[in-house]
Amino acid sequence: MNAKKSDKLATIILFSIAGFVILILAALLGYILIQGIPHLSWHFLTSPAESFTAGGGIGIQLFNSFYLLVITMIISFPIALGAGIYLNEYANQKSKIIEVIRTMIEILSSLPSVVVGLFGFLLFVVQFKFGFSLLSGAIALTFFNLPLLTRSVEESLRTIPDLQREAGAALGLSRWETVGHIILPAALPSIVTGIVLSAGRVFGEAAALIYTAGQSAPVVNFNDWNPFDSTSPLNVMRPAETLAVHIWKINSEGIMPDAAAVSAGASAVLIIAVLLFNFAARSLSKLLYRRLTSSK
Amino acid sequence: MDEIKDALTKTSAATKKDRFGRAISMAALALILIVVISIFWFVASKGLATFFTNHVNLGDFLFGSKWAPGQLDAHGKPLAGAASMIVGSFLVTLLSAIIATPFAIGTAVFMTEISPKRGAKILQPVTELLVGIPSVVYGFIGLTIVVPTMRNLFGGSGFGILAGAMVLFVMILPTVTSMTVDTLKAVPRHYRESALALGATRWQMIYKVILRSATPGILTAIVFGMARAFGEALAVQMVVGNAALMPHNLTSPAATLTSVLTQGIGNTVMGSLENNALWSLALILLLMSLVFNLVIRAIGKKGAM
Repeated sequence: MNAKKSDKLATIILFSIAGFVILILAALLGYILIQGIPHLSWHFLTSPAESFTAGGGIGIQLFNSFYLLVITMIISFPIALGAGIYLNEYANQKSKIIEVIRTMIEILSSLPSVVVGLFGFLLFVVQFKFGFSLLSGAIALTFFNLPLLTRSVEESLRTIPDLQREAGAALGLSRWETVGHIILPAALPSIVTGIVLSAGRVFGEAAALIYTAGQSAPVVNFNDWNPFDSTSPLNVMRPAETLAVHIWKINSEGIMPDAAAVSAGASAVLIIAVLLFNFAARSLSKLLYRRLTSSK
Repeated sequence: MDEIKDALTKTSAATKKDRFGRAISMAALALILIVVISIFWFVASKGLATFFTNHVNLGDFLFGSKWAPGQLDAHGKPLAGAASMIVGSFLVTLLSAIIATPFAIGTAVFMTEISPKRGAKILQPVTELLVGIPSVVYGFIGLTIVVPTMRNLFGGSGFGILAGAMVLFVMILPTVTSMTVDTLKAVPRHYRESALALGATRWQMIYKVILRSATPGILTAIVFGMARAFGEALAVQMVVGNAALMPHNLTSPAATLTSVLTQGIGNTVMGSLENNALWSLALILLLMSLVFNLVIRAIGKKGAM
């Protein structure tokens, strides 16, 4: 076979591989949406789940997922922001210690999420006696989220040209003021993108939550917004099964007659949420970029 | 005079602010470190208790294939042999990586070299989206499509290593693909131009120049995918069958470290031998993710020559 022929053959093979992959991916997305969307209804999205009978919804799980996401972000964003700022603005990049720290962050990001979840179970659920609760779950998710978020903050800061730091210094600002008033606003669009993308991942995480936020979703009273009442949806000490955990649970031990339908519907909701997070990340960063830089 | 002297010798408000900022951001970083160290500390102390408190032999644990930590064998020793799960984990990981690699490389080459426009328009957003799909959704699909297909093709229950590997293959494919795309894009343009100028066909250029120079990056992508597959818990647990037996073929029910962990830890009493044995499995997972990390680093160092 000469070079021309093998070139043609390789092109054909590469085309078919790519075509096959597109096919798999399209089938995957299509399957989830086609299976799931017919089950979506206002009733399904808002009513509580049933354990033994058909017709249950995912209302509480859906709320739990979003609420848990919010708490996780409230805990993890300030930490990640601080760590990212230190790594990019203050740290001596050549120092051995910083190198070790970077390695450790990398290790944290590569830990299996089930191990992170078990650690959360051991420390918060058992040792600190938080029990299966939103708080335990949010802290476990924070561990899972921190390395990703820190890296995205750091990378956002790194893309800001040094010229802006020099300008800040020339104006007589301290480094901290430069960071706060010049660098952070400039990096905000890409930081926001990072947050929303990591939110998508946190939203679908289940393994870290099974033993921290728990696998039960007690009925909550949506008229009671006092966070200290035990049936209030805002109470952070109540067990809170999320959507992803719910899908896992009904598929591994569900006994309601319409388990397949419920998990199809819930999967579709998850996928749609991930899609929305992706779109939101893109449009938000565009919007912020326009707002903050007054460019068109 | 004193005022001026004060202003000159005392720390200024700006410096104070800067110190404050430095301290706060450093505290945040320190917190992350504490988290990492304490994860290792807690998991190791729990996982090692199997060997130090319950006196399980490390060799028996790693190579024994009977997993029933609550029971004793003929010599009065607990039956805590994790070999079947370790083998299961490695088989699932290796198989899924072997299946995913050619597809990932092929797609990445297609996206960067053959049809960059179509790649950027269709494949790029789709792979990015798929990286974010939650693993339970993959598990659900595995349960409704892959397992019945396996059942029809090979008989039996359909649950097993092969079903797990198929689910993981689809799961890690987008990750490996997008990382490979990044490496291929990083290959300098003049490599391509010089190859073509020498009269190479496009395939020769791809095969002999681009893929060669991108090899470290591609290997990193594959190991990264393997690390993800090895640590993945729920998707695998839903389709692998969860029988802690030595897998004798690819379509019989088996178990992985993660699947036994997720199933078992809620059903055992804290501090008991069964529980400690499960923590030892978690410790293995932790150490393996460390190993994958080291491998990625080693590849990166070699590639950086």
